[in-house]
Amino acid sequence: MDAESLLLSLELAAGSGLGLSPDRRAALLTSLQLVKRDYRYDRVLFWGRILGIVADYYIAQGLSEDQLAPRKTLYSLNCIEWSLLPPATEERATQMAMVKGRFMGDPSHEYEHTEFQKMTAEDDVVVQVKEETRLVSVIDQIDKAVAIIPRGALFKTPFGPVHVNRTFEGLPLSEARKLSSYFHFREPVGLKNKTLLEKADLDPSLDFLDSLEHDIPKGSWSIQMERGNSLVVLRSLLWPGFTFFHTPRTRNHGYIYVGTGEKNMDLPFML
Amino acid sequence: MGDPSEAPSRQYTNPRSFQGPDGRRSQESSQPQAAVPEEVPQMLLSQQRGSQGPPSGLPQTNLRWSQGASLPENENWQTSQIFQAAEAPMGHSEHPGFPLGFQTHAYMEDSRTLASEHTTNLMLQQLQQGQGSLFQQLEPTYHSPGASFLSQFDSSQREDQHFRPSTQHSPYPRDDPGSPRFSFSEQGFLYYSPEVPEPQPRDLAVQNAKAYLLQTSVGSDLSLYEHLVNLLTKILNQRPEDPLSILESLNRTTQWEWFHRKLDTLRDDPEMQPAYEMAEKQKALFIQGGGGDREQEMEEEMMETVVPNIMESAFHLEQASVGLSSDESFRIYLALKQLVQQQPVHTCRFWGKILGLRSSYLVAEVEFREGEEEEEEEEGEELLLEGAEALEPHGGEEEGEEDEEKVVDVVPKPQWKPPPVVPKEESRTGANKYLYFVCTEPGRQWTRLPHVTPAQIVCARKIRKFFTGHLDAPVISYPPFPGNEANYLRAQIARISAATHISPLGFYQFGEEEGDEEDEGGAGRDSFEENPDFEGIPVLELVDSLANWVHHTQHILPQGRCTWVNPLQKTEEEEEELREEEEKADQVLEEVEQEIGPPLLTPLSEDAEIMNMSPWTTRLSCSLCPQYSVAVVRSNLWPGAYAYASGKSWEMTSLLLPYPFSGHPLTYQPASGSKDPNLGFQLPTLPPPHLPFCPHPHSSTWLSILPL
Repeated sequence: MDAESLLLSLELAAGSGLGLSPDRRAALLTSLQLVKRDYRYDRVLFWGRILGIVADYYIAQGLSEDQLAPRKTLYSLNCIEWSLLPPATEERATQMAMVKGRFMGDPSHEYEHTEFQKMTAEDDVVVQVKEETRLVSVIDQIDKAVAIIPRGALFKTPFGPVHVNRTFEGLPLSEARKLSSYFHFREPVGLKNKTLLEKADLDPSLDFLDSLEHDIPKGSWSIQMERGNSLVVLRSLLWPGFTFFHTPRTRNHGYIYVGTGEKNMDLPFML
Repeated sequence: MGDPSEAPSRQYTNPRSFQGPDGRRSQESSQPQAAVPEEVPQMLLSQQRGSQGPPSGLPQTNLRWSQGASLPENENWQTSQIFQAAEAPMGHSEHPGFPLGFQTHAYMEDSRTLASEHTTNLMLQQLQQGQGSLFQQLEPTYHSPGASFLSQFDSSQREDQHFRPSTQHSPYPRDDPGSPRFSFSEQGFLYYSPEVPEPQPRDLAVQNAKAYLLQTSVGSDLSLYEHLVNLLTKILNQRPEDPLSILESLNRTTQWEWFHRKLDTLRDDPEMQPAYEMAEKQKALFIQGGGGDREQEMEEEMMETVVPNIMESAFHLEQASVGLSSDESFRIYLALKQLVQQQPVHTCRFWGKILGLRSSYLVAEVEFREGEEEEEEEEGEELLLEGAEALEPHGGEEEGEEDEEKVVDVVPKPQWKPPPVVPKEESRTGANKYLYFVCTEPGRQWTRLPHVTPAQIVCARKIRKFFTGHLDAPVISYPPFPGNEANYLRAQIARISAATHISPLGFYQFGEEEGDEEDEGGAGRDSFEENPDFEGIPVLELVDSLANWVHHTQHILPQGRCTWVNPLQKTEEEEEELREEEEKADQVLEEVEQEIGPPLLTPLSEDAEIMNMSPWTTRLSCSLCPQYSVAVVRSNLWPGAYAYASGKSWEMTSLLLPYPFSGHPLTYQPASGSKDPNLGFQLPTLPPPHLPFCPHPHSSTWLSILPL
């Protein structure tokens, strides 16, 4: 959620039950302003909170002018001092796949994980993975999987960069309940696979991202309307704790993740 | 008077339709000028009109103007010319038409002001530079003050009279053979000529362009011209920053708005209908029950109500970063109040919220007054009995058929008997101690959940399903769940309550009468009461040690009940049935051990660990102000279950997707995170975790993590 509209966004996202205490909120309002100034970001998003056993991580992301450029991620333990996280890489992602369990809450905690060598039945290599690295890859996975924006909130200029659409007035109510009106907030993957017939209906300045319709597994999003029709809430069932909210016909939209950072691998059985 | 009437007619000899403001303005401007009293000598007017000559003379006009610009005494008059030319596009074509002569008078500002001269020079330059652009032509429209044409006209008229002698000769070269001839001698007929004047080539080009722009297509009524006017009006009204960057979006929205006019105020917006309905329902919550003396009502309200202070709990939970927004909490409070009014409630508590796929459940934990609830229970039991009786005649029929078939063939009778059904607990005891009501949103009807049976609890431990939000939805799972979503919800609520309802040590204490533990089958004491001498435990101690918290709900045994019942103890009816059938062989296997669980009011420190991790996490709500903060305990087993305590007040709540945390996932994963599926699968080899309150000795795997 945008740091500019933090208070309103927290109110709207409160339906999921987890929010922020007043002292954290106050701390965020001040510290995110300073982060924006110091790192010269165009927009700062409060990404969410990852619950750990000893402490929680508060995550923020900074965006540059081009909204689709790789984002910088920062974390903090007390909402006041923020540290930059290294960018995520493939190699780290594969290491993370073997680490399970909750986050400890201590960034320097090391998970030990023995990797079984298949070919040589000799020593099992003990790989130590730092929690910070795990944090990076989990945030990256969540971003790639579930970060979403409504259609029309961003538009693509002919030169390439993607900008915030200042004339975005919100989704109309007829569109707000459809999964196709929400896009993944990441580089598009499935656009090339569309048939020409489908592409003909698209508007290249607005429809340049993947929509949620074709997410696998189907039904991994739960759409709810709260307060009658006046608030749309999307919750991801794949990463429980991720909430996206949008007030139709207004510009307010945003997402937040408050959870333990664990993927729900049982999703197909639960639907 | 030919002039007033002819002026408009002259204007419209060039057939163009004008957009409202522009056209009207030109009309208005011409009218006052036309209404100028006859004091203005026709001569003057005719001169000026005549001086404008052929429209094609514009380029030459400019030249003449530039030449003449150096002449100060002619300046004003020339400014009038310039304005005339500039005014041409105001609804007209580029070239200065005759009626513009009137308008330029309007726009001729006081010659005394330097600003006007400056603008006229600017406009002269602009005209010289870009005569073809519509924008420049429109520009003068926005420079024009809408007011007092007459005054300007008057002032200009006075000045013009000075120049009259010098303007005898037209600056326009009248060398265009096709142009209409205007002689100075003609009075009053200059704006009217007997023949329809031929449009000049530039005129014609502009007419054609405009006519093309005004075309409407088969698909829509909107012409490009109208659209552009709408767009520019919108931009100029709203004055956004950097309009060029959002030009395309503005274009799109302008078009959209043309076809989607705002509905008139008589009709409600159909799309917002559900929102309005919901608001109506919630409004009903806010209106207190009418009738009766107001004072009496206030007194009744001031007495102790059954509904707890939700706002206070919400406040404390908010300190713990948990909870719904405060207005939602207030609505929940009102909804609970409504529930209390509708049902005979003895105690009531807001249990929490369970998120579902299509809608969520708000759960209220309620205890009825003595004797109230049993009617519904009996109804439920009667239904069950009827169902059982319906089945029995079928059994009789089958036996009859088999007798007939014995002659032909003997169908072997199945030896398998379903395991005996563990009877469900009485209401107000064990897992059914409380009654639960659910509703999807505050304002809607509260629905009561049925009591839970042990079979449902046992099955609920094995499956994991999302809640859809509809209580009558079937739960399709394996092993098959006996019941629909209402039963599943109730079973999960029972499990969560048993596992996570905790209170600070000392708040509850056992009653003075203590029964013999052995007689009660090892279930321990099952009743407690509030300790009147409880003085809160300091927050720091609550956070430091888990021993300061105790469970105050009974643990659910693997059997699915809180008190153990030997399923083999059959009632007399069942024993008779057994004698009829031959089943002695089974009895050997049916010896069951008595199941024992932790007694009531055990501290949390006794809970088993999950995955080398304590099942509870304690936190101080705010490290910056520890004196005023709240101790928060979070369950790691059931993510979303929170308890807080501060001084003497404490509360539990569950805001969650109700799945327990567990050690390892049910799915397979390749051993080394590579994506090659041929490497083979390897089940994670972690030992089954020992879960504190729901041990299941038969399971070797457990359902996986589901964090909140």
